[in-house]
Amino acid sequence: MGCTTADVVTALRAAAAVVQEHRDELVRLDQAIGDADHGENMRRGFAAVVSKLDAEEPETPAKALKLVATTLISTVGGAAGPLYGTAFLRASTAVADLAELDGDAVARALRAALDGVVARGKAEVGDKTMVDALTPAVAAAASSTGSAAEALAAAADAAAEGAESTIPLVARKGRASYLGERSAGHLDPGSRSTALLLRALADAAAKA
Amino acid sequence: MKKIINDPETVVRDALRGMRAAHPDLLTVYEDPAVVVRADAPVRGKVVVISGGGAGHEPLHGGFVGRGMLDAACPGAVFTSPTSDQVLDAVTKTDGGAGALLIVKNYTGDVLNFEMAGELAETEVRSVVIDDDVAVKDSLYTAGRRGVGGTVLLEKIVGAAAERGDDLAACEELAKRVISSVRSMGLALSSCTVPHVGSPSFELADDEMEIGIGIHGEPGRQRVPVGPASEMVAALLDPILEDLPFASGDRVLLFTNSMGGTPLIELYLAHGIAEQLLADRGITVERRLVGPYITSLEMQGMSLTLLKVDDEMLELWDAPVHTPALRWGV
Repeated sequence: MGCTTADVVTALRAAAAVVQEHRDELVRLDQAIGDADHGENMRRGFAAVVSKLDAEEPETPAKALKLVATTLISTVGGAAGPLYGTAFLRASTAVADLAELDGDAVARALRAALDGVVARGKAEVGDKTMVDALTPAVAAAASSTGSAAEALAAAADAAAEGAESTIPLVARKGRASYLGERSAGHLDPGSRSTALLLRALADAAAKA
Repeated sequence: MKKIINDPETVVRDALRGMRAAHPDLLTVYEDPAVVVRADAPVRGKVVVISGGGAGHEPLHGGFVGRGMLDAACPGAVFTSPTSDQVLDAVTKTDGGAGALLIVKNYTGDVLNFEMAGELAETEVRSVVIDDDVAVKDSLYTAGRRGVGGTVLLEKIVGAAAERGDDLAACEELAKRVISSVRSMGLALSSCTVPHVGSPSFELADDEMEIGIGIHGEPGRQRVPVGPASEMVAALLDPILEDLPFASGDRVLLFTNSMGGTPLIELYLAHGIAEQLLADRGITVERRLVGPYITSLEMQGMSLTLLKVDDEMLELWDAPVHTPALRWGV
């Protein structure tokens, strides 16, 4: 069974709620090795997404994803705005005309999102960024052969592990990289928000 | 947290409204998206110089908007880069038909958002990235050096060049020359509190200072016991001098900056020491700037910036400027 536009919108609202819930946690993670703005920036961005979704009904999953992209780009700021914005924009393009998303479409969307993030941010696995969560998520979704919900669940599990894997790493991108060795021992806030978003999308898809 | 604010959510907007009220002759202030524009924009036929960055560094950048410096500034949330929409809007509002030079401090978010705006703009846009902070050692393993105090000098000098009618290519070339000739380093005696966080960005004991800080309350490279002012100034100046390097016979502009919470009495004291150390090395201080010009909220601390100048840079530094934070020659 595929995810309809309504399912996608429900999942995006669920993602926004999770970001709101974890705002303080993301602030704390960023306070430790960055500049303490990630939680608030993401909260502001996803609150704006919810307002947009209240005001207009996207016609396709791609249009819903594009609405998220343009809203995040214009409201989040920091590195997260362009990076998440690019991720959702590429995901939207990848599922262009589909009325429903199956597991294969989810895998393609995630792959496109990762490619976009890497093209813009130029981070690699091991740099202690969201790429450390998104890369294994893409691989897991690609090897899942089931429904959209199953692909997202596999991606969310892999992203959670990927996020945890950033703890011992020394940051090589973003503001945490200025700390050098002192960045080790902390969970990367960007990888955490990526894992949270994928978990929220997966949980919503499972209920759809 | 004790601050003169109403609501952490509206700090930047409320401050912009105050700025509008304070400088109606100099600035037009837009709120959605937030852009500070010089009152007489657009100036026909002039290259526009635009910068921006997170709020919390005041007077940078909005305080440098006006004749002879910036055409527009885009303030983000506190310590957060502006969005690409803001930058694009600044370009559109000021476009005088001669192109736009974007001055970008080297932080991942700033670089990404200015880059996206440049891709979307319909006018010709060039960007320069300033990365003058010598505290960030190895750029192979980091996001690269941060843009700090040198930004103020860059905005003044390039702003003057644009004002006298230099074209976009000339402004870009000059900006790159300034960037390659300027170095900075800062230290903190206390942390700062971001309004929407509510607690200090890092903890420093009463007898400790943090060397090599940036301007976002991020910790520095090294934490050491507080010593006398002479040691503090040397701890900033020595790495700067070694880095470019600056040598006997060089002519420089020395910029002694407060991080926001350090009073002028201490800043002048430190500036005097820096002048003496430079004189001892045979380096001639041609111009000076002393004061809080690129700050980190209420942080106590200072930074030093040294620019190796040539005659053209001095002429442009001395050129008239009329902005909320810098004004001379008019």
